[in-house]
Amino acid sequence: MSAPTLEVRNLCTHFFTRAGVVKAVDDVSFTVDRGKVLGLVGESGSGKTVTGFSIMGLVDAPGRIVSGSILFQGKDLATLSEEEMRHLRGNRIAMIFQDPMMTLNPVLRIDTQMIETVLAHEKVSEDEARQRSRDALGMVGIPSPDERLKSYPHQFSGGMRQRVAIAIALLHRPELIVADEPTTALDVTIQGQILAEVQKLCATTGTAMIWITHDLSVVAGLADDIAVMYAGKVVEYGDVGEVLDKPLHPYTHGLIGSVPSRNKRGEPLRQIPGMTPSLLNLPEGCAFRARCPRAQADCVQRPELREWLPARLARCHHPHREEAAAA
Amino acid sequence: MSVYLLRRLIQAVGVVLAMSLIVFIGVFAIGDPVEILISPDADQMERERAIKALGLDLPLWQQYAIFLGKALQGDLGRSFVFNEPALTLILQRMPATLELAFAATFGAILIGLPLGLYAGLRPNSVGSKAIMAGSILGFSLPTFWVGLMLIMVFAVQLGWLPSTGRGETVTILGMRWSFLTADGISHLIMPALNLALFKISLVIRLTRAGVRETMLMDYVKFARAKGLSPFRVTFVHVFKNILIPVVTVTGLEFGSTIAFSVVTESIFAWPGMGKLIIDSINVLDRPVIVAYLMIVVLMFITINLIVDLTYSVLDPRVRLEGK
Repeated sequence: MSAPTLEVRNLCTHFFTRAGVVKAVDDVSFTVDRGKVLGLVGESGSGKTVTGFSIMGLVDAPGRIVSGSILFQGKDLATLSEEEMRHLRGNRIAMIFQDPMMTLNPVLRIDTQMIETVLAHEKVSEDEARQRSRDALGMVGIPSPDERLKSYPHQFSGGMRQRVAIAIALLHRPELIVADEPTTALDVTIQGQILAEVQKLCATTGTAMIWITHDLSVVAGLADDIAVMYAGKVVEYGDVGEVLDKPLHPYTHGLIGSVPSRNKRGEPLRQIPGMTPSLLNLPEGCAFRARCPRAQADCVQRPELREWLPARLARCHHPHREEAAAA
Repeated sequence: MSVYLLRRLIQAVGVVLAMSLIVFIGVFAIGDPVEILISPDADQMERERAIKALGLDLPLWQQYAIFLGKALQGDLGRSFVFNEPALTLILQRMPATLELAFAATFGAILIGLPLGLYAGLRPNSVGSKAIMAGSILGFSLPTFWVGLMLIMVFAVQLGWLPSTGRGETVTILGMRWSFLTADGISHLIMPALNLALFKISLVIRLTRAGVRETMLMDYVKFARAKGLSPFRVTFVHVFKNILIPVVTVTGLEFGSTIAFSVVTESIFAWPGMGKLIIDSINVLDRPVIVAYLMIVVLMFITINLIVDLTYSVLDPRVRLEGK
């Protein structure tokens, strides 16, 4: 078996602010194989976006990667210079952003924004770059790409803009795509179309993908593996079907329980009590302790990510082990 | 597009009309030019003849009606003092003022944009802090004082630059220009810098604010995620966005530069419209004052229109319908 496309090991990205150190990403590890999709799930502020930016080398001051490694095809991205990283970005690792209304520069035409991406990494003629851009637009299902190339972003709908952003990400057939909630801002039918296309692309080109989202239903349909993040840490990691069916960590349990469609009509909606803790002063031990129905005295000890069942990891002293094993 | 232009034109006519009325009444209220123009020794007969000749014996509304009627034929009245058409007087002085105003505006952009860009990209560096502190001085020091200091240092003490006049000029299209001769340029530098100082500060602050705001935008991060060089990100993706406010404000400021040039022209004895208007106000030369203000209003209207059109070129989202 060949090396995985991406292996993140004990990644820590901290922000050094005046108010203190914000441990946005604190000891995160996961692996993504060729052609696979990893769903990175968590609430707002759980560190999933910062994890994505860390992989891209786009963490801005006052933040920086303080420790850990990001092995991309065996090469550690955390040690590369900005210039070396720039040659990988948009070329072999691409990113799709959350809000399609904001990712395209409003004052530049689509062709400008696509051609510059081609030319940033390959010495080809402008005509060839235009050709490639047009093909990429066609590939993501944009009708009459020749005309659309000459348009400005505001002439596109949100869904179309996200397709353009995806087309830009695909221009150099990257080995890895980091998708940061790319369908959250879109309506359900467009979301479905884009998910289907992304899935097809991954399967045909062998591109590995990290799909960052808070929407469990998207992950269920798209991802192979899932990593659940809470307060900067991965709290549960494993095969997507098994994790969603029989979650080990009480937080994953609560997260799945909070999906409204699982409720019976008339019953009050279920929710996880309390709020996510401030990353500035995390409580000692398990960060989820204060909200956890299974918390006990020993939860003040910091739990480690542990393999409770084969290929099933959870960061918890009292996981739902029996239910998971029995089912 | 043509509908838009037509609507703007009608608005412009309304503004000019309102303006002429206000100015006419305003200048009438300031004082009686007869007291200044006619020598105190003149007898009653001479006085009345002079008043009649100047058309000042009629009621104000009639004077205004006559003025409007003549203005429609392109005649804005004759100067009481020079006995020449007011329009000719002003147009003679206009190239000097325009030259000064253009030099100041371009200077402000050439100096202000790079400094503002630097201050925006490295907000915490010592250089940026110095630039920002300097821009506060540029805002708050009075123009006349800076002008006098410039003359003190560069003309009196160092003797590098001449302090008055336009220097050698070249005549093109019937107008005299200083910027085409070395001597003329040496005369132009100090007044232009003096006039530009406020605008340099303005451009620096606008550019810096624009850069800092734009750098946080998702599309800048996305541009970096595409692997573009930092040069291209800054000078294409960021720059084109900050040009929108900078062009708008410097364009609109161009009108007030012409207005402000009154002070600078007086200090450096620059023979432009500003000097003319000050002299005319001193002797209550009503036709010149009215004509000057009308021309300034027309200039403001034209500048605003040009700014709006440029804006739509820079920002495709406001591009006018039916291109």
